[in-house]
Amino acid sequence: MVEKSSFEWKGLESLSHNFLTGRLEDFVKWSRRNSMWPTTFGLACCAIEMMAAGAADYDLARFGMEVFRPSPRQSDLLIVAGRLSQKMAPVLRQVYDQMVEPKWVISMGVCASTGGMFNNYAIVQGVDEIVPVDVYAPGCPPSPQTLIHSILTLHEKVRTGEITQRRRARAGGAAVDLSSEVAGWTQPLPQPVRIGTPR
Amino acid sequence: MTREVTTEKGATETEPNPADEARARLGSETSEASQELAPREFTDATRLLIEEGGVLRLPESAALDVDPDEFDFAEGDTMIINLGPQHPSTHGVLRVMLELRGETVLRAKPVIGYLHTGMEKTGEQLTYLQGTTNVTRMDYLSPLSNELVFSLAVEELLGVQLPPRATWIRMLMTELNRINSHVTWAATNGMDLASTTMMIFGFRERELLLSFFEKTTGLRMNTNYIRPGGVAADLPDGWEDDVDAIAETIALRLDDYDELLTGQPIFRERTEGVGVISPEMCLAMGATGPILRASGVPWDLRRSMPYLAYDEVDFDVIVGTVGDTFDRYAVRLNEIRESIRIVRQVLDKMPSGDYRAQDAKVTPPPRARIDESMEALIHHFKLFTSGMEPPEGEVYVAVESPRGELGCYMVADGTNKPYRMHVRAPSFVNLQSLPPLLRNSLIADTVAILSSVDPVLGEVDR
Amino acid sequence: MTETAPPATGVVAPASVAHGIAGLGDVPVSFSRGQEVLHPARDRYVAVAQALKEAAFVTCSDLTATDYLTAQEARALPEGVTAERFEVVTTLLSHERRLRLRLRVQVPETDATCPTLFFLYPGTENLEREVFDLFGIDFVGHPDMTRILMPEEWEGHPLRKDYGMGRVPVQFKDAPGPR
Repeated sequence: MVEKSSFEWKGLESLSHNFLTGRLEDFVKWSRRNSMWPTTFGLACCAIEMMAAGAADYDLARFGMEVFRPSPRQSDLLIVAGRLSQKMAPVLRQVYDQMVEPKWVISMGVCASTGGMFNNYAIVQGVDEIVPVDVYAPGCPPSPQTLIHSILTLHEKVRTGEITQRRRARAGGAAVDLSSEVAGWTQPLPQPVRIGTPR
Repeated sequence: MTREVTTEKGATETEPNPADEARARLGSETSEASQELAPREFTDATRLLIEEGGVLRLPESAALDVDPDEFDFAEGDTMIINLGPQHPSTHGVLRVMLELRGETVLRAKPVIGYLHTGMEKTGEQLTYLQGTTNVTRMDYLSPLSNELVFSLAVEELLGVQLPPRATWIRMLMTELNRINSHVTWAATNGMDLASTTMMIFGFRERELLLSFFEKTTGLRMNTNYIRPGGVAADLPDGWEDDVDAIAETIALRLDDYDELLTGQPIFRERTEGVGVISPEMCLAMGATGPILRASGVPWDLRRSMPYLAYDEVDFDVIVGTVGDTFDRYAVRLNEIRESIRIVRQVLDKMPSGDYRAQDAKVTPPPRARIDESMEALIHHFKLFTSGMEPPEGEVYVAVESPRGELGCYMVADGTNKPYRMHVRAPSFVNLQSLPPLLRNSLIADTVAILSSVDPVLGEVDR
Repeated sequence: MTETAPPATGVVAPASVAHGIAGLGDVPVSFSRGQEVLHPARDRYVAVAQALKEAAFVTCSDLTATDYLTAQEARALPEGVTAERFEVVTTLLSHERRLRLRLRVQVPETDATCPTLFFLYPGTENLEREVFDLFGIDFVGHPDMTRILMPEEWEGHPLRKDYGMGRVPVQFKDAPGPR
């Protein structure tokens, strides 16, 4: 019978903090939010506004995000832009599962957030029935400014470490098994989007 | 040659073939007439399509896994791979199943339905005034065309006449929308052919138009501006300067596109001779719009069956010669020039007057009058809660959207909601031309051809 | 020829084009808002379309269907046409005459089939598949009669009038039903 090792890797946050590891963690978070590459998952009208956000006038390149990777294995962020139909839902889940941790999801537009104006047999009433969503961006379609606001909100959440902690408590991805009493942390209630650009 | 005939008792007896007798009598060969292989120019497109159209008839869920151990390149095995529905070619959630031998596409099958929204069923639940919010999201690159066709259908059913200014405003907005759509197409087409600069250029032009739309209609996209009875609001002050600036800037920028794409050898090699379709095949498949015109058929609804005030403006219908990808690109680029021409004429000739029909049952009263007049308040209330009630009947109207013939078939049953609202989406019908276009092309050409067909999946799937 | 509704103001009802085309037989003709509509019987449908194709109606613009389950009295059909639950509506276009003609074929509920126009106009392939998917009308002779918009294993035909909207209850608006 193999003895269980006493050392368990719990991620950066569990390292007892000293000056060096604190700086390392900040550095990791900085690099994560400043090069968060999105997957191309444009579905409908919101996709056009997403492309406009990536184009010259509303340049996403200043946030390091102009490279929309077609392959989910090479991207961090899934912006679900547009209405998700019943036929497309398994595809969304498959693409989400192919992404590697850490990964985030922005639900762009009202159709992706709640089903929008299409409350019927054909549209999934919110992509959070399929994938866990981190930021919801309202609008039909949200203008590129709204999308950038939602991206900056996500960056802020990554900067404060809020998101990474939540992933850990849910034991999501990367086959890491953690129980909540080890973490000693419970999931906070979701926060509404703040008015005004986060710092 | 004799034929054996089996009688009921099971015994066979041979019967002299009438052809033999005839041959003996006439001393010449008989002809098999319609069974013979006719020369190609006499074979109609339908037969050609059925014989060699290249449609892969396989269920969508058929196994697409290729076992690498069993696959033998040398023997010329074919494999079936999947393109989409999530893929970087930014034309939406279209899936194409391709049968490949090496790099060559033998057969193809487009699979759609990944964006089906139930818009036609939603259209039966919304009143005529609300209906435009629904249809505008079908072809999301030219929302004003969708609203226009819906409004025209409702107005046919109601029997209202519009004041001239409403008609001319609609024409201005739909032509600006056409420029917008073609510029976006040029941008994504360039991106698909690996010219990222074209994407940036195209979206830069698009922003000019979108800011004008936002100023006039309130929204950048999905505007809900063209409504039954006219348009939602009058053009803002200073619109002539804005439109003039747009027309001038885009006309100059088109020269940039020519420099970037039209004259560039790589682009030309990738598009010339690629994805050729004949006019007969286009007509048989019901393809309309730039695909039909690029193959040589001069059919444009704005010229042939004019609506709005297109018979009062002067513009050319752009027709191609070969019907390949380059022709489709050239047709669209020149259509931008023609639309600029139309926009300039609209600038000169825009009549003054009402921007919507002065029929209280159809258009709401101005907001200021609601405070003053009880009748205005009642009309406003009635219109926005229950709305107009056209008498029973059915009608089909069609306009020329940037993708082709956009039609609306509407059945009214006397209530305030359409009994049936069907939109004939040009991309839905144009996608049927994809298998013949893709046949015998290379995989690299697949993206170029797909992009030149310009499908917008919102209207394909509705 | 019956006038089913007054045409749009200022437009005179056009003379029937169908009466001038050979091979149509005595197809009932009606007008709706000035647009000419033919009502062939289901077994004459392909023959009428063939005659029109030979009369230079080169392309099929549109092929759709309507479910008249809840509005049987509302529509006015010419004499000689028995109203059924479904109607297949085909629009043919002639470039020469710059004219559209509509064909409306009655399809009963118990025998929801209709002959296919694929061999005359291959461009009806997707359109007929859509009608099959959303209404359940089977097109006899179509090469690929499968669902096109809904997932393959979907049950039911959404655009039928007895198929619910599929709404979920939201705040202030209870569960299913039209608004």
